[in-house]
Amino acid sequence: MKYTDYYAALGVDRNATKADIKQAYRKLAHKYHPDISKDKEGESKFKEIAEAYRILKDDEKRAEYDQLGVHKAGEDFAPRGDFSQNFGDSEAAFADVDMADLMAAFAAARQGGHRAGGHAQQQRPLHGQDFEIEEPITLEQVYTGTEIDASVSLPEHDEHGLVHRVPRTFRVKIPKGAEDGQRLRLPGKGGPGLHGGKQGDLYIVMRVLPHPLYRVDGKELYMDLPLTPWEAVLGASVKIPTLGGTVEMSVPAGTVNGRQLRLAKRGLPRADGTMGNLHVVVRIEVPKEIAPQERELYQQLAAQAGFNPRGHFEKFLRGGA
Amino acid sequence: MTSKMPTHTLETVEAVWLNESEFCSMDELAEWSGLSQAELNDLVDMGLIQPKPAGGERVIFQQHYLVVARTARRLRDDFELDRHGLAVAVRLLQRIRELEGQLGSARAQLMRGKLSSDT
Repeated sequence: MKYTDYYAALGVDRNATKADIKQAYRKLAHKYHPDISKDKEGESKFKEIAEAYRILKDDEKRAEYDQLGVHKAGEDFAPRGDFSQNFGDSEAAFADVDMADLMAAFAAARQGGHRAGGHAQQQRPLHGQDFEIEEPITLEQVYTGTEIDASVSLPEHDEHGLVHRVPRTFRVKIPKGAEDGQRLRLPGKGGPGLHGGKQGDLYIVMRVLPHPLYRVDGKELYMDLPLTPWEAVLGASVKIPTLGGTVEMSVPAGTVNGRQLRLAKRGLPRADGTMGNLHVVVRIEVPKEIAPQERELYQQLAAQAGFNPRGHFEKFLRGGA
Repeated sequence: MTSKMPTHTLETVEAVWLNESEFCSMDELAEWSGLSQAELNDLVDMGLIQPKPAGGERVIFQQHYLVVARTARRLRDDFELDRHGLAVAVRLLQRIRELEGQLGSARAQLMRGKLSSDT
């Protein structure tokens, strides 16, 4: 088992007071709470500090933790004393056990009368822990619907009440039109209940991966359509890749930069079966390099064209701004 | 004591979408979120979750409200908030989510994607 230094997690001394511990927890919780923090590591950091606070704020749990002795964070160790009396003394028994799970099992044993020489007390049913994981899906999968395999390590109790993490994979159907951040609930697929309590639930949060072509706004899609200057002036027929296949689109003559052209029902599917739209945003591009012959043609155009996009500057240029 | 090697299993399961078209009762929302009915009634009073009449005095909730209720429970537990503090925190978080949604929409509409000439 890897040792977790709860005092270091909260940044307090081993002889810190309850008030010090509470203050340190609050400060870190404000920084890393997953509902508040934008830190990508926030959730795992918060779990660490929440677990540390849960143990250290409680006198009994803190004493049990201190009984484990002082080790370096991450150091391999096997619990001795009361721990081994309750849960066996083989190092292998603890090899895949989390520190947090060991503390929870010890507390459960204390409350439930598992402890050697203790009295069996009234065992209150405890609801299993809920788990939440994120799963990435592509825009193509959102469009068609799909099945994903979501993997998670879930706790399982052994005959001593000690928790071991067991890898589980759930194959789940993702209906068409899933949205970023939307959740699926898998009832009873979370942590095990204790003393007849119900199993917890597993929540899967969909994370839609960024797409190289499309930008998502609800069920509406946006994409850029690069046009040459002559296509914008003369009009053109262009092939547009959509999630449902290629479509031919007419770009009207005289199309200006930034103009949006809408392809109806080429966006993302809604739950009621209707479709969002695909908005094509015109971006007029100019070549970075041109051949001598092209330069000549541009020069001829410049000499003959009557178009002046800065006509409205004239009065300011004459009279000053 | 011997330690058994964990076995990796694959299980096909039916999942429930937490969206507008799935509903649950007040009891279910309380059980799944970990909030009491009194705390859920607070969220209703604040307009953060909206019940739908289901005949008589019975009300049901769209299942996406479970996300709000679970967030409220987490904040209550993790910050040891009282009802008033919880109300303010959940309301402000909701407002942030709304603004993030609006920012995402504006970015989708206005941002320029990568073009071949950008290379």
